[in-house]
Amino acid sequence: MTSHLPILIVVIPLVAAIMTPLVARMNVRAAQVLDTGVCLTVFLCATTALLRVLDTGPWHYELGGWAPPWGIEYVIDPLSAGMAMLVSFVATLVSIYADAQRRQLPEGRSGLFDSLFLLLVAGLLGIVVAGDMFNLYVFLEVASLAAYGLLSTGGTRAVVATFRYLLLGTIAASFYLLGVGYLYAMTGTLNMADLTTHVPTIVGTAPFGVAVTFIVLGLAIKMAVFPLHAWQPDAYAYAPAAVTGFMAAVMSKVSAYALFRILYFVLRAEGAAAQIISVMGWVAIAGAVAGSVMALAQTDVRRMLAYSSVSQMGFILFGFSLLNPDALTGALLHIVNHAVMKGCLFLAVGVIVWRTRAVTVNGFSGMSQRLPWTSAVFTLAALSMIGLPPTAGFFSKWYLLRGAVDASAWAFVATLVFSSLLSAVYFFRLIERMYFFTPSDEGVRRARLFEVPIGMLGPVVTLGAAVLLLGLLSHPIVVTVVRAALPEL
Amino acid sequence: MRKGTSRVGPDLVGHLHYWFSTTLFLIGLYGMLAGPHLVRKLMAMNVMQVGVITFFIAMSAKSGATAPIAIEHGPPLVAEAYINPLPHAMMLTAIVVSVSTTGVALALLIRIHRRYGTLEESELLDRLKE
Amino acid sequence: MDRPLLVILVSLVAAVLIRLVGNRPVLRETCTFVAAVTKFGLVVSMVPVVLQDGVVESVPIGLVIGSPLHFRVDALGLLFALVASGLWLVTSVYSVGYMRADNSPNQTGYFASFAVCLSATMGIAFAGNLPTFFVFYEILTLATYPLVVHNRTEAAVAGGRKYLVYTLLAGQALLVAVIWSSVLAPGAEFRAGGFLPADAGTAVLLPLFLFFIIGVGVKAAIMPLHGWLPAAMVAPTPVSALLHAVAVVKAGVFGVLRVVGYVFGVDLFRTIGGAGLLAVAAVVTILVASIRALGETNLKRRLAYSTIGQLSYVVLGAAIGSVAALAGAMFYLVAHAFMKITLFFAAGAIHIEKHRNKVSELRGMAQEMPVTMAAFAVGASGLAGIPLFVGFIGKWNLGLGALDAGYPLFVFVLVTSGLLNVMYFYPILYDGFFRPPDHNNGNAGAGRVGRLSREARWTMSMPLAVTAIVTILLGLAPDLGFQFYQLAWSAATTVVSAGGEPGLP
Repeated sequence: MTSHLPILIVVIPLVAAIMTPLVARMNVRAAQVLDTGVCLTVFLCATTALLRVLDTGPWHYELGGWAPPWGIEYVIDPLSAGMAMLVSFVATLVSIYADAQRRQLPEGRSGLFDSLFLLLVAGLLGIVVAGDMFNLYVFLEVASLAAYGLLSTGGTRAVVATFRYLLLGTIAASFYLLGVGYLYAMTGTLNMADLTTHVPTIVGTAPFGVAVTFIVLGLAIKMAVFPLHAWQPDAYAYAPAAVTGFMAAVMSKVSAYALFRILYFVLRAEGAAAQIISVMGWVAIAGAVAGSVMALAQTDVRRMLAYSSVSQMGFILFGFSLLNPDALTGALLHIVNHAVMKGCLFLAVGVIVWRTRAVTVNGFSGMSQRLPWTSAVFTLAALSMIGLPPTAGFFSKWYLLRGAVDASAWAFVATLVFSSLLSAVYFFRLIERMYFFTPSDEGVRRARLFEVPIGMLGPVVTLGAAVLLLGLLSHPIVVTVVRAALPEL
Repeated sequence: MRKGTSRVGPDLVGHLHYWFSTTLFLIGLYGMLAGPHLVRKLMAMNVMQVGVITFFIAMSAKSGATAPIAIEHGPPLVAEAYINPLPHAMMLTAIVVSVSTTGVALALLIRIHRRYGTLEESELLDRLKE
Repeated sequence: MDRPLLVILVSLVAAVLIRLVGNRPVLRETCTFVAAVTKFGLVVSMVPVVLQDGVVESVPIGLVIGSPLHFRVDALGLLFALVASGLWLVTSVYSVGYMRADNSPNQTGYFASFAVCLSATMGIAFAGNLPTFFVFYEILTLATYPLVVHNRTEAAVAGGRKYLVYTLLAGQALLVAVIWSSVLAPGAEFRAGGFLPADAGTAVLLPLFLFFIIGVGVKAAIMPLHGWLPAAMVAPTPVSALLHAVAVVKAGVFGVLRVVGYVFGVDLFRTIGGAGLLAVAAVVTILVASIRALGETNLKRRLAYSTIGQLSYVVLGAAIGSVAALAGAMFYLVAHAFMKITLFFAAGAIHIEKHRNKVSELRGMAQEMPVTMAAFAVGASGLAGIPLFVGFIGKWNLGLGALDAGYPLFVFVLVTSGLLNVMYFYPILYDGFFRPPDHNNGNAGAGRVGRLSREARWTMSMPLAVTAIVTILLGLAPDLGFQFYQLAWSAATTVVSAGGEPGLP
C-alpha cells in the first residue's frame, strides 16, 4: 500500500466523493463520518509521505506504470507533501464543522454536499501532487467545478456571485491552458520535470514569454491577486461559512502553490519568467496596500476578511518575487500560516453568524460576553494576521521582511509595515468592540462553556491552537520542511 | 517552421490558424466581459473555450498524415505518417470540462432566473440592491 | 536548572492558573503571590552568580533561522529584573487592596494580564539577542493593553486606542531595525560594546539607529513619542504604578541602554552622530515634561509627565556614554522605580479612600492619611534629587559622568529639572502638610467627615511604606541588599571598556 501513497492521496477522496451520495441514502450520519474519515486518512497518508520524502528525497510515481515523459507522473517532494498535509488538515476540521451547514440543506441533499466537498478536496490534492502540466489543469477544473457547486449552496445572492466566479474562473483556466499549449508546442512535452530540461533552449523566444504570461495571469485570477480579485469578496460573503472557511484557507493557497511550482521548479525563474517575477513584485505591493485599505472600508466582517486575504496574497506574491531564500521561506511559511489563520477567522465568524446573525462590525459589539471561546480564538487569529509574536503570522512576516531587507527592497519593507498597521487598525476595531463595548441589542445570555455545538467549536479551537503551535514550533518547521521545499536558486 | 522564412516577419498564411483561434478566443473574452445578458456571457465563454481547443488541434495538424491507428495495409509505422494524438486526447478532456462547466453555469442561471425573474445584467444589479 | 527560563515561565504558568481558577479571589491571589515570591527568589538567586561570573546563560531554543530564543542574564538585565520582580511582589499586595476596595469587575483578567506582563518584562531583561528582545517587547505591548482599558469606560477605550497606535507603530519600527541588524550582523547577539560592524557606514547605521530609537523610544516616552503615557493613566492605579512607572516604560529605557551599549556600542554610537541626537531629545524631554507637569491638575497625569521627564535622565546618561554617566543611568532606573511607585501608590490610596484625584483637593491630607502623605513626601524629595534619598545618587553619577565627558551643560539641565520637580511637588506637600483640611472642597469631602482620619487600609499603606523606606535606605547605602549599585557600575564598566574611551566627540 505505501508504495502507492501518492495516488492514494487523490484517489481516496475521489472514490469517496462518488460513494457518499449513495451512503447518504442509507444513512446520513454514516456519510458524514465517511467524509471526515476520508479527510483524516488522507492527512495521515500525506504525513507519512512527508516523513518519507524528508528522509529519502522526492518521490516520483508513474501512473499505470507508464514512464514519463509519456505517462502521467505524480511527484511528492517536501513542498507538495506539506501542501497536501495542509489541505487535508483543514479539510478534516471543516468536514466536522460543516454539520450545521448540512442541516440547512434540503432533505436528502447532505450527501451531495459531502460529495462536492470531497471532490473539491480531491481536486486540490490533485493540483498539489500533479507532475504534469495538463493534469494540473484538469484538477484545477475539478476543484473549481466542485467549488462552484459548494458556493452556490448559500442562497440566491450566493448563486449570482458564484456565476461571476464561474466566468472568471473559466477565463483563468483557459489562460492557463493556452499557456500550457504554447509550452507544449515548443517542447512537445507536458511532464514538468521533462519540461524543465527543455527550458534553456526556448527561454529566449517570444512564445515562451507569451506562455509564461498566460499561465501567470490564469493562476493569478485563481489566487485572487489584486487587481484580479473582484470575484472573491462577494463569493466569500454569501457562501456558507464552512465553504468559505475552507476555500479562503486553502483554495487560493493551492493556486499560489501551483504558481510557485511552475515558476520556480518548472521554468527555473529564467528569462521571461524572471521578468514576470519582477513585475509581480510591484503588483504584490499594490495588492498588499489596496487590499488593506479596502478591508478597512468594509462594514461586513466577511468582506473585510476577504479583502484582507487580497492583501495577504500580496505578501505571498511578493515573497515569490524576491529571488532569495529568506523571502521564499517567508512566502511558503505564509501560505501555511495564512491558510490556518484565515480559515480560523472565517470559521469563527461562521460560528458568530450562526449563533447571533451578526455580520457587521457594529454587530460584533460585546460578542465576548456571548461567545467567549469563539471571541478568544478570533482574537488570537487576528493577532496572528497582524503579525504579532508569538503567533504564527509573526514568523512568516519575519522571513518576508528579512528577505526584503536582504534584497534592499525598501518599498516592500514599507508596504509590509504599512499594511500590517492597517490590519492592526481593522482587527483591533473589531476586538475592541467584541470585548469592551456593550452588546448592541438586548437578551444577552450568560456565557456557557459550550456556547455552540462542540462540532463547530472544536474545529475553530483546534485551528486557533494551530495558529499558536505553528508560531511556537516555527523554527523546527522551517528548518525541516520549508527549507527542504525551497528550489535551488 | 519552414526553412527560409523569417521568424520575425508576418507569415500570415502559415500562421492563419493561430490568428483564427486567437480571434475566437478574443471574441469570447470580449463577450464574457461586455455581454449585457448572462446567457450571452455563457455562450461567449463557450466560444472562448473553442478558441483554445482549435489552438491545440491546429497544433497537431500535419498534412498527409493520418490518425495514429496501426492497422494492416495502413501507412508505414513511422512518426511522419501519423498526427500527434496527444493534443486531441487533451482536448477531449477539455471539452468534457467545458461541457460540465456549461452545465453548472446553466443550473446556476436557472436558479437566478427563478429568484429574480431576469438574466439581464443591468436589471439583475437593480434587483440585487433591493 | 535553566533559571532565566524558569523566571519567565513562573508567571506565565501563574497567568494560566489564574484564568483557570477564575472568579475565586483567594485562590487567584494565592497564585499571584506564589508566582511573585518564586520569581523574585529565582532572580535574587542569580545575583551572586552574575556578580562573580558576569552572566547566567540559558540553553538556546529555536526561534528564527540565525537567531535562537536565547536568554543571557548580565548585570544590566539582572538589575532590571530585580527591580521589576521585587516591585511586582509589593504591587501584588497593593493590587489586592486596591481592586477589592474599588470593587473592580473582571479581576481575573486583571491579575492574569499582570502576570503575563511580568513574564514579558523578564524576557526583555534577560534577552540575549535582538529577536528574543523583540518577541517579548511585543508581548508586553499586547499584555498591557487589557490593563489600560480595564475600566471599560469610554475614556479607557480611547486611552487604550492611543496606547495601541503608539506602541504598535513603534513595534513595526523596531521590527525593521531588528531585522536590519540581523542582516548586517548575523545572530544579532547583544555584546557589551556593540555588535554592529562599523564599516557598514553612517548612511546605513544612522537610519538604523533612528528606527531603533522610534522603536524603543515610544515605551521610553521620549518626546515627541510620549503621548500615550498620560492617556494611559486611565488605567487602575496599580497598573500605572508598576507598568507605567516601572515595567513598561523601563523596558523602553532599558531598550535604549541595550541599543546604545550592546547593539551599537558607545563609540560607534558617537561616530554616527546618534549621541548628539539622543542627547538633544533627552534634554528637551526632561525640560518640557517638567514644565508640562506643572500645568497638570490631575495628580496621576502630573505624575505621568514627571515620569516622562525622569525617564529621559536615563536616556541622557546613555547619550553621554561615559562610565559614570552610564552607571548613573542604570542606577537611576532602579532609583526612579522605587520613588515613582511610592508616589503612584500614594495617589491610588488617596483615590480609593478619599476619592480625590486633583492636585487642588489635597489640603490637609497629611492629617487624614499621615503614612500615605509621608511616603509621598519621601518619593517627591527623592525625585527632586535631595541628598540622602536614592534619586540623588543616580543624579550625582549622571552629573559626574557629564562633567567627565566635558559637558557641564547637562549638569545645568539636571539641576534645572530638579528645581522644576520641587516646583510641581511643593504645592502638593505644602497643601497636604501645612494647610487645614478643606471640607467644602467640591463634593470630595462632603459626607465623608466620619472617615476623616482614616488611613489607607493596610494592604495599600504597607506597600507604599515599604517602597518609601527602600527609597531612603538605598539613598543611605546604595548597595544594601542586592548590590544594585555594584551591578550598575559593573554593567557600565563592561560596556565602556569594551567600547573605548568615554567622552563626546
